[in-house]
Amino acid sequence: MSATVTSPDHRSDPRITLRAHLRHTGALVRRNLLWIRQDPESMFDVLLMPVVFTLLFVYVFGGSIGQALGGGQHRYVQYVIPGMLAMMSMTLSQGVGTGFSQDFNSGVMDRFRSLPIGRGSVLVAKIAVELGRMLFATAVLMVVAVLVGFDIGNWPGLLATVGLSAVFASSVMWVFLTLGVVLKNAQSVQAMGFLVLFPLQFGSSIFAPPNSMPGWLRHFTDYNPLSTLANTARGLMTGGPVAHDLWMTLGWSAAITAVTAPVAIHKFRTKT
Amino acid sequence: MTRMDDESGGAGSAVTVRGLAKHYGGTRALDGVDLDVREGTVMGVLGPNGAGKTTLVRILSTLLAPDAGRATVAGYDVVRQPRQLRRVIGLTGQYASVDEKLPGWENLYMIGRLLDLSRRDARARADELLERFSLTEAARRPASTYSGGMRRRLDLAASMIGRPAVLYLDEPTTGLDPRTRNEVWDEVKAMVGDGVTVLLTTQYMEEAERLASELTVIDRGRVVAGGRIEELKARVGGRALRVRPADPAELRPLAAMLDELGITGLATAAVDPVDGSLAVPVLSDEQLTAVVGAVTARGITIASITTELPSLDEVFLSLTGHRASAPQDARPAGTREEVAV
Repeated sequence: MSATVTSPDHRSDPRITLRAHLRHTGALVRRNLLWIRQDPESMFDVLLMPVVFTLLFVYVFGGSIGQALGGGQHRYVQYVIPGMLAMMSMTLSQGVGTGFSQDFNSGVMDRFRSLPIGRGSVLVAKIAVELGRMLFATAVLMVVAVLVGFDIGNWPGLLATVGLSAVFASSVMWVFLTLGVVLKNAQSVQAMGFLVLFPLQFGSSIFAPPNSMPGWLRHFTDYNPLSTLANTARGLMTGGPVAHDLWMTLGWSAAITAVTAPVAIHKFRTKT
Repeated sequence: MTRMDDESGGAGSAVTVRGLAKHYGGTRALDGVDLDVREGTVMGVLGPNGAGKTTLVRILSTLLAPDAGRATVAGYDVVRQPRQLRRVIGLTGQYASVDEKLPGWENLYMIGRLLDLSRRDARARADELLERFSLTEAARRPASTYSGGMRRRLDLAASMIGRPAVLYLDEPTTGLDPRTRNEVWDEVKAMVGDGVTVLLTTQYMEEAERLASELTVIDRGRVVAGGRIEELKARVGGRALRVRPADPAELRPLAAMLDELGITGLATAAVDPVDGSLAVPVLSDEQLTAVVGAVTARGITIASITTELPSLDEVFLSLTGHRASAPQDARPAGTREEVAV
């Protein structure tokens, strides 16, 4: 945003105060929450996804991967639930981009852009609402997890994991916001999102330990932010080393945000 | 047009545009437009699809940056002072720019908050405007359930929340049925009564005539004519008289008779066999009286006699010498006012 302020073109234009930013973002968050009230079905994904995925992975792969891990299905539950948390932070981030391109195809975005508000407010409000949806999904996931036998040994670890997932998710949301602004319609955003997400999710340590993967793939999984997030989650929730993976995850989040947030805001500002 | 001060557009100018240009690739959407809208008046910008009307409005509402030229609204420069400018304008686009998933009240409340009203003021303003635009009963329903006219009224209400000094109406009645169009016109007139300056773009001569006091005609990004509506209408040639005899067989004899009468300056009557009617362009009340007199004196049964305003096509033809560049929709020219026979 500093570019705007230092540019001579805007010298005579007053800055928007932080309080005004918060007020604007609040009004836009309210708008998105009202959408959910109007259309409760839009919460189906965050309600069902944790249930379906947990049941599938635990009961389909749980036995055999658990054996490979040197235990049984219970061993796999302990392994996969923190991974699920990492996966959801990425999958649910997609929604932010789809809703956005719908907005653009209606005239309402023109209205917002002709109002004296910071253009970032519209984007930040979207992210805030999507993070709320993610927290809801996390709560559902934890309930299902306990039902299939997950031991939450470490509550502060769980909270730290949720916080870290939120940080990572908000960085990913900037990517999808950029796609949402640049791509023509909601379907393209979804298709692009799928192409990016699928390899990242399965080429990671989320669902299975990578030690049996070929060398080239292990290089990929080692640096895959979803692996580092999943590993951190495991360390925090069920014990084990976290420092390296934690820093990697934070580094990824910072890097993704630093690159994509300015692009998203710029594209949003100049989109006609 | 006389201007007090060619640079600033004079003291009473709410919108001043000088040499505004915008290109999209090789297409010149705006090609050096000059425009002044005096405070408290309605300026109609008339032109066919693709003339550059929407581009002009988008630049003046800071949604689009111009390639060349200057524009100020209420004294604020569109490029250098966009935030201050946004505070004094209201925009009602061609497509209703309200959130359809939100109830009407919530739409207005949200915009109030985005315009920095306190919660209480935003609430009060939403109630007040819903009342004023007769939407109180529908306040809690999602806007998607509204009729076309209700949606457009909500859109107008949304534009009025910040008590704008200048209101842009970009083709406010395109796609509305005639009854709804009249409703919207009444609302706009009421707003003008409150002292708002309005820039109205339209494809319809009738709409411009109903609402605007001055008119700028644009075509292919250029201003082709401008001035007070009466002056332009005089240049365009006023109205056409449409005569429909009860017996279509009378059409041609009637046309021939009018030609032979030799009323001063009267143009040739055009026969429309499909419609079963005859159109006679009239330039003055004297001509109108003479034609009506001649037709009635003939003693045949007349099903109807109406006067019509010139269509956009006719306006263009007479002002620019060529037809409006883009195809027009099939709406008939102007309204028909009954003339006592």
